[in-house]
Amino acid sequence: MKTLVLVEHDNASMNDATLAAVTAASQIGEVHLLVAGENCAAVGEQAAKVAGVGKVHVADDAAYGHMLPEAVAALVVDLMGHHDAFIAPATTNGKNIAPRVAALLDVMQISDILSVEGDKTFTRPIYAGNAIATVQSGDEKLVITVRGTAFDKAETEGGSGEIEAVSGGTGNGLSEFVSQDLAKSDRPELTSASVIVSGGRAFGSKESFHELLDPLADKLDAGVGASRAAVDAGYAPNDYQVGQTGKIVAPECYMAIGISGAIQHLAGMKDSKTIVAINKDEDAPIFQIADIGLVGDLFKIVPELTEKL
Amino acid sequence: MKALVPVKRVIDYNVKPRVKSDGSGVDLANVKMSMNPFDEISVEEAIRLKEAGKIEEIIAVSVGPAKAQETLRTALAMGADRAILIETDETVEPLAVAKLLQKVAEEEQPGLIILGKQAIDDDANQTGQMLAALMDRPQGTFANTVELDSDSVTVKREIDGGLETVKLQLPAIITTDLRLNEPRYASLPNIMKAKKKPLDTKTPADYGVNIAPRLTTTNVSEPPVRQAGEKVEDVDALVTKLKALGIA
Ligand SMILES: Cc1cc2nc3c(=O)[nH]c(=O)nc-3n(C[C@H](O)[C@H](O)[C@H](O)COP(=O)(O)OP(=O)(O)OC[C@H]3O[C@@H](n4cnc5c(N)ncnc54)[C@H](O)[C@@H]3O)c2cc1C
Ligand SMILES: Nc1ncnc2c1ncn2[C@@H]1O[C@H](COP(=O)(O)O)[C@@H](O)[C@H]1O
Repeated sequence: MKTLVLVEHDNASMNDATLAAVTAASQIGEVHLLVAGENCAAVGEQAAKVAGVGKVHVADDAAYGHMLPEAVAALVVDLMGHHDAFIAPATTNGKNIAPRVAALLDVMQISDILSVEGDKTFTRPIYAGNAIATVQSGDEKLVITVRGTAFDKAETEGGSGEIEAVSGGTGNGLSEFVSQDLAKSDRPELTSASVIVSGGRAFGSKESFHELLDPLADKLDAGVGASRAAVDAGYAPNDYQVGQTGKIVAPECYMAIGISGAIQHLAGMKDSKTIVAINKDEDAPIFQIADIGLVGDLFKIVPELTEKL
Repeated sequence: MKALVPVKRVIDYNVKPRVKSDGSGVDLANVKMSMNPFDEISVEEAIRLKEAGKIEEIIAVSVGPAKAQETLRTALAMGADRAILIETDETVEPLAVAKLLQKVAEEEQPGLIILGKQAIDDDANQTGQMLAALMDRPQGTFANTVELDSDSVTVKREIDGGLETVKLQLPAIITTDLRLNEPRYASLPNIMKAKKKPLDTKTPADYGVNIAPRLTTTNVSEPPVRQAGEKVEDVDALVTKLKALGIA
């Protein structure tokens, strides 16, 4: 089987999320990559170095500059004449594009796979990860999104992919990019951080959230996450949300502070290696999955912890 | 302009799903079912656009068993004008749902179709994007803010790195994210009124859509359970543990 993996990038460098998708693809068949973007030659070169990669298709066109799904899906469909599976990381970008490709190919997408079980057979989480389904596709071509935490990252060096310029559909021209408001942060990105400190509704305000969590994150070189309640209340931006409908993370250590542990939150962090919970309610559900729990008031505990680390 | 709002009947988000011991699926017998939470957000958004005078009629549509009528009645009680149930007891995958919605859209010609970003049972996050592709229309997924004009809609989207704004020509497809709005509760008088609002029942065959599944689920199992660890007494004990694990 020949797979076509969507490379996630910002036209300058490749995003890590791609690497787990490459590993999944290598378990399915031959790995070809697609870099769709504008002035994205540097990304193509990085992509070609990823271990195990065959061809790297580079589609450099202003139409793909902002990864508009209408444009990128049209391109992918044109390239799928020569591929058997389209594979995207389950990022907001992958989730935006892949189902569009699937519908155009008349294929049922398999979302967020956790493992490759055999020819066209995969496992995937359903019901906020409270159940794992094994599904087999009866479609001729496959369209898949890959959960980043479920696969090791492919090596970024050692490959010698062959770069090939390609072109294809650019969509219907009915959508346009207006603007972007990206969070600038020196902290590790949530999906690749090895430690995450995450705050919930209990912080009570945006000020407390940052005054308490930022110094702790600095000490641990950690990424900062949040529960939905904290994001909804405006303590943290939307891209901090960890959970069923936010980011899925699995760091070495996840500290849930003032987070109750609703199933929707657990869905996004329960595969973390070590889970630490700080909560004033000793019966909070988060303690049922925490490796280390500390019952108490976060307004006292967090500053003390930051100081003693 | 009409708005079409697809709503799915799913397990209530407060219920912890139980996997059946024979691996055939999740036990939904005697389980509380509700409207998919993202679809409540879609209905709410359509109502707000109607209140702002930008939408004239809101049509709620659901694909599912007879009981999905209840979900549609909820949408009507919130403020939708009429409803269509495409009734079937079969499992209908997102691709087939999208094909059915495409047919409804061809009949109704809505300017805007607002779906949820994700159904909390299958966690597929596909249907809106698929519908947009089938109709060859633009899509604004994971909407945080929606501004509707007479011939276009501007959507601020929640993306991994922050927010992105796109402008789409109408008709357009939107999928809702959590921050778009806070859905209202239906008032008792509105629940009573909703009983008299029109609800049409159709079948997939009426639309000539083949809904046969493409995927076969061969097994559904419990995820590995995580055991609770231990509680520590104080911050010093926590620091010691973290150091021992090499985390700090
Ligand atoms: C469709 C849908 C999707 C969702 N998706 C997500 C998702 O992706 N991610 C997510 O997180 N949630 C999600 N949720 C929301 C989820 O159901 C919970 O409402 C949410 O996770 C609760 O956030 P919280 O734990 O911060 O708040 P709460 O549940 O209010 O918990 C606050 C906790 O803080 C503790 N506390 C209070 N004061 C202190 C103090 N001084 N010191 C220490 N502890 C204190 C309390 O004991 C309590 O346990 C979703 C819900 C729906 C319906
Ligand atoms: N059976 C259905 N009936 C009506 N709408 C649906 C159905 N299935 C999915 N949808 C819509 O598509 C959205 C995304 O669902 P999914 O792609 O299954 O995650 C939902 O929030 C609904 O708006």
